[in-house]
Amino acid sequence: MMQPYQPPIEDYRFLLGEVLNFDEAMGELGIEVDATLAEAVLEEAGRYCAERLQPINREGDEHGCSLKDGEVITPPGFAQAWHGFTEAGWTSLSAHPEFGGQGLPFILQLWLDEMLSATNMSFGLFAGLTRGAAEAIAAHARDDLKATYLPHLTSGAWTGAMALTESGAGTDLALLKTKAEPLSEDRFAVTGTKIFISSGDHDFGGNVVHLVLARLPDAPAGVKGISLFLVPKFLPDTSGGHTLRNTLSVGALEKKMGIHAQPTCVMNYDGAIGWLVGEPNRGLAAMFTMMNAERLMVGIQGLGQAGGAYSQAAAYARERLQGRSADGKRSCVPIIEHGDVRRMLLEVRSFVEGGRALAGWTALHLDRAQRHADAAERARSDALVALLTPVIKAGFTDLGFEGAVQAQQVFGGHGYIREWGMEQFVRDARIAQIYEGTNGVQAIDLVGRKLGMDDGKVVADFFARIDTDLAAAAGDVGEVAAAVGQALALLRDATAALKDADAEEASGAAVDYLRLFALVAMGWMWARMAAVPGDTPQHTAKRAVAQFYVRRILPQAEGLAAKLSAGSASLFLLPAEAF
Amino acid sequence: MKIMVPVKRVLDYNVKPRVKADGSGVDLANAKMSLNPFDEIAVEEAVRLKEQGIASEVLVVSVGQAKAQDVLRTALAMGADRAILVQCDTEVEPLAIAKILQVIADDEAPGLILLGKQAIDDDSNQVGQMLAALLGRPQGTFASKLVVEGDHVLVTREVDGGLETLRLSLPAIVTTDLRLNEPRYASLPGIMKAKSKPLATKTPADYGVDVTPRLTTLKVSEPAVRGAGIRVADVAGLVVKLRELGVA
Repeated sequence: MMQPYQPPIEDYRFLLGEVLNFDEAMGELGIEVDATLAEAVLEEAGRYCAERLQPINREGDEHGCSLKDGEVITPPGFAQAWHGFTEAGWTSLSAHPEFGGQGLPFILQLWLDEMLSATNMSFGLFAGLTRGAAEAIAAHARDDLKATYLPHLTSGAWTGAMALTESGAGTDLALLKTKAEPLSEDRFAVTGTKIFISSGDHDFGGNVVHLVLARLPDAPAGVKGISLFLVPKFLPDTSGGHTLRNTLSVGALEKKMGIHAQPTCVMNYDGAIGWLVGEPNRGLAAMFTMMNAERLMVGIQGLGQAGGAYSQAAAYARERLQGRSADGKRSCVPIIEHGDVRRMLLEVRSFVEGGRALAGWTALHLDRAQRHADAAERARSDALVALLTPVIKAGFTDLGFEGAVQAQQVFGGHGYIREWGMEQFVRDARIAQIYEGTNGVQAIDLVGRKLGMDDGKVVADFFARIDTDLAAAAGDVGEVAAAVGQALALLRDATAALKDADAEEASGAAVDYLRLFALVAMGWMWARMAAVPGDTPQHTAKRAVAQFYVRRILPQAEGLAAKLSAGSASLFLLPAEAF
Repeated sequence: MKIMVPVKRVLDYNVKPRVKADGSGVDLANAKMSLNPFDEIAVEEAVRLKEQGIASEVLVVSVGQAKAQDVLRTALAMGADRAILVQCDTEVEPLAIAKILQVIADDEAPGLILLGKQAIDDDSNQVGQMLAALLGRPQGTFASKLVVEGDHVLVTREVDGGLETLRLSLPAIVTTDLRLNEPRYASLPGIMKAKSKPLATKTPADYGVDVTPRLTTLKVSEPAVRGAGIRVADVAGLVVKLRELGVA
């Protein structure tokens, strides 16, 4: 049987109060939220996830979504859970107060996303896409569109979806064909078919607001000819309501490996009415506002899935009796006594807690990027978030999937059957490595775009911050800091080597480079966590897991560095036809 | 009508208690604490009465450490209007709590005092009854339904073999049972509003109450571990064994 979800409130409290200096950070930004309030918010959100969302997760998986008369039917309990979630105000958490949001910092948003992903990833996507759509509209749409759509998206009465992918245009959006014909100065008729549209429709009631990428009649070819349109399921009527059915429809539901409770739609737009968001032909830039928010959220999905799976595996390992003790004297010991089981659990835990800290640090910079009084500080934080976004998206979802598999492995055969819920973690976690830009594309974004930002000064700034913290470490923490320092040196060498690499070389190196980057960044967080003085069980545990991380995880840095220095030549020895 | 709801911060019901190594009590260091579930039901009922227009104000009170603020904030987030924390770092026994609440009730003159029937940590089940006696007011304990009718309150109690309904004249003291209601989730706007609702901090001395313990805890220990079972050969063997154990 699955264990009830225990929200990681103690870890959040530790990070807010003792690692990330939350109160000070909020004070600097003039945000009137302290760690006590933050904890109260996280605790109540966690309670909802544990008591209302986890219990419908497995049934959601088994039941899945269906299509009836062209409308999506979500699994039992989902509509009710959505209404409870929105009535409690959780969709408004980080939204702008002007449109009914609570304006709380992103660190709380990302950790709420973690708890959502740990308990019910399919459900969490409804909230994530709604927030992403609202952020894109807030950043780029005209005031009248903001006034019409943002209050409803903020309250969760309406939901959002993003429609990019077409059958012939996935990673390469330059190939997309959906058209938008002007009807009047600001209204357009959007025609085309999109695939893989998460939350494309549902039975929660209210409007579904699609942000659709399409081409205007005179648009230039390629990505410079793509515009963004707001296409709602229901259009405004004459009495101020939204009751007129727009000509968009769900063609089919995709049958897929996991997140079965999430309606992944094929969407047909048949001259559907839409409004332009942002400038003509600048749609991709506008959509990136949504995508960057989504990419961080997807990274957090990996974290949440691994964390949820870890808790199940740790509880199981403490109770499952199999095998003899190491000295052979006792039979039927809890499997947590076996070294290999501990290895699996610690590999997952050291990622989850290191990743949680790094996500928190990045989220604080997201707030600085938007709210700091000094423009230079805003720019600096914005660049750091841009640098870390692909690291979190790809690094956390790769490690999240690996973590789900390790946690499943702890259960032996019981992990493979449905009852314990572990195989669902594995199937659900898998998508996060693929959507919102595959992890390979994220790695190329890091190597090809982000390393070169501001002529390499951004990544240098990031490394310098790690140097500062490592230099301050002493005593027992010295060993942790020294190991992270050595891995950082390897990362610096690899960064320098990639600076002049050609596209072929960079593409071959990118994924290994990103993994190395992620390992060092989390090692830095472990050094910071291990440096916190104190002798509570929590402090002692942090130091113990930090030791494991630097001794058993970080040595991977050497292997990765060796792979990187070998270059890409061996990838191209085989001619294409020999594959 | 003002409603007063005394609440307690207790070890969370999901947490397995660990006894301190020296047997002096339960180890609460770093353990998750929360609002006593029966008190949460009392807060919910009070807030519902306010939403129905029957109550004008909901006052929550806690006696305990500074951290008891957290559970008062929880109650404020659910919809209570203001809070009083009577700060006291030592353990306070039910009689002293009842005496403190008596003084506060004299000051505040609530029409109804709603309490959880007991706290899930020590299971004393005494404060409501003691408070009623000290105030000389009627009491309805273990309420599973509560209806205010003018200057009376109807309290339905689950008793052996059925339901018993009492009619009490207000002001009265009512303690809540599990089935009275299902407490709401605090909303995010509720949590945000709670931080600016008034929370007064007092001490037992402010109310002239001596909280020196009258009881001595001799020992706190874990329940005995269940022993291994034995196999009996047949029914006759089972009967013999049961007789030996004195259960048949």
